[in-house]
Amino acid sequence: MNRAVWVGPLISALALGGCGLTAEAQESEVVVNINHSRFDPAAFEFETGTTVRFVIHNADPIDHEFLLGDEAAQRRHEEGAHAEHGDLPGEVSVPAGLTRSTTYTFTKPGKLIVGCHLPAHYAYGMRANVSVTP
Amino acid sequence: MRSIKVLVLSVVAALLTAGPALACGGLVAPNGSVNLVRTTTLAAYVEGVEHYITSFEFAGAGGGKFGSIVPLPDVPTDVTKAGRWTLQRLVEEVQPPTPEFARSAAFALESADVEVIMEKRVSALDIVVLKGGGDEVGAWAKDNGFFLPPDTPEVLDFYAERSPVFMAVRFNLARAEGKGLQTGDGIPVHVTIPTDRPWVPLRILALGRGPDEVVEADIFLLNETKPLLMPGLDPAGSRSGLVHERSEEASEALLTDLASDRNMDWLPTENMWLDYIRINTSSGELDHDLAISIDGETPSPIDAGYALAGTTLPGEASTPPWAWGVGLVALGLILAGSNRLVSDRR
Repeated sequence: MNRAVWVGPLISALALGGCGLTAEAQESEVVVNINHSRFDPAAFEFETGTTVRFVIHNADPIDHEFLLGDEAAQRRHEEGAHAEHGDLPGEVSVPAGLTRSTTYTFTKPGKLIVGCHLPAHYAYGMRANVSVTP
Repeated sequence: MRSIKVLVLSVVAALLTAGPALACGGLVAPNGSVNLVRTTTLAAYVEGVEHYITSFEFAGAGGGKFGSIVPLPDVPTDVTKAGRWTLQRLVEEVQPPTPEFARSAAFALESADVEVIMEKRVSALDIVVLKGGGDEVGAWAKDNGFFLPPDTPEVLDFYAERSPVFMAVRFNLARAEGKGLQTGDGIPVHVTIPTDRPWVPLRILALGRGPDEVVEADIFLLNETKPLLMPGLDPAGSRSGLVHERSEEASEALLTDLASDRNMDWLPTENMWLDYIRINTSSGELDHDLAISIDGETPSPIDAGYALAGTTLPGEASTPPWAWGVGLVALGLILAGSNRLVSDRR
């Protein structure tokens, strides 16, 4: 059984040009495994302002998606017709047996969902809850 | 080899909705619209050889590939055309015959790095016997253009751990058209499988279904001795569950009829025990298979899918069969299954 591995946080220093100040933006890398059409881990918690690079490994012999968003976004994806994801933050298609990544910044507290909206996958329960704390 | 000559005969008939495309056995057509009309499967076990007979029902062209993957308990030695009416005769034995039902046939649908053990053509069916793990068989199916429901990876692993042998079956549409097949026409297939452990896969019937969806199927067993079964069954007349409707000596008329069908002369014509199990349960409950013991021993929870192959099982048989399921990972084999309508937005 695959286990999720949390790596990081990685600290990247961002120089604020000209003013002589340096701010630190925290970026974490989170490994997400997909096995038997389930996300592992199935729940996440991040602080507002965190930028996370999700590295998703699909161990299944079928394609999956990693689509992060609120309930409304999940509904759009469920009804949508995008065959391939990868351009938007927090959204990526993960072909069978392969690893893909996507980066997302959590800008406000609340509840989000990671879902797969290939036919019947979301209804099957292929989702993970994301809690964004203040 | 068992000293007692045994025959296990099973027929699985699963009824689903009608539609433009057909699928069962776990894999569905690329267009995503899948409807199993009916699945009938027969597995006969005689002196260490399982005779597996199932019928694949043509659902029309629909513009895509159709097929099934059927998990097998061991490597087959042959795949041939089965009898013309063996499955229908079995159904008639336990149900009042109606023209519509008698005409109905069964169906099972199909589905890298797998070993291709055998390739056969049976009428309009292209059949490939594969050996490989769940991931490999799933990848093979995906590479061959089949849409797999989201529970497919888990179900393939379930069966592959027990027996990594699968039979992929697909209609060749050109040959189907050439033979004038109409929607609903069934092609029965007979698989000869030498094996020490016959079993009847049930979990595959729930493939592609929501946990609350009802699975309906008919299982017929025919043995030379009265078998012991796992899991325990519900008594005759029960409305739902795995209902043990019949357990009786098979009539000579039935056996004689069956043995007279095409390629059925291996079937004994006397001293057989008939069981009829009617399945009417939710998909979520059907997370196991049917283990059969014909030598008086407790049926194997491994064969029933309640324990992993190689597991050291605790103690004795006072443990209720269903208890094996708690905390244990199921594994498996596949027989004939069913899929449901899946809307494809791709």
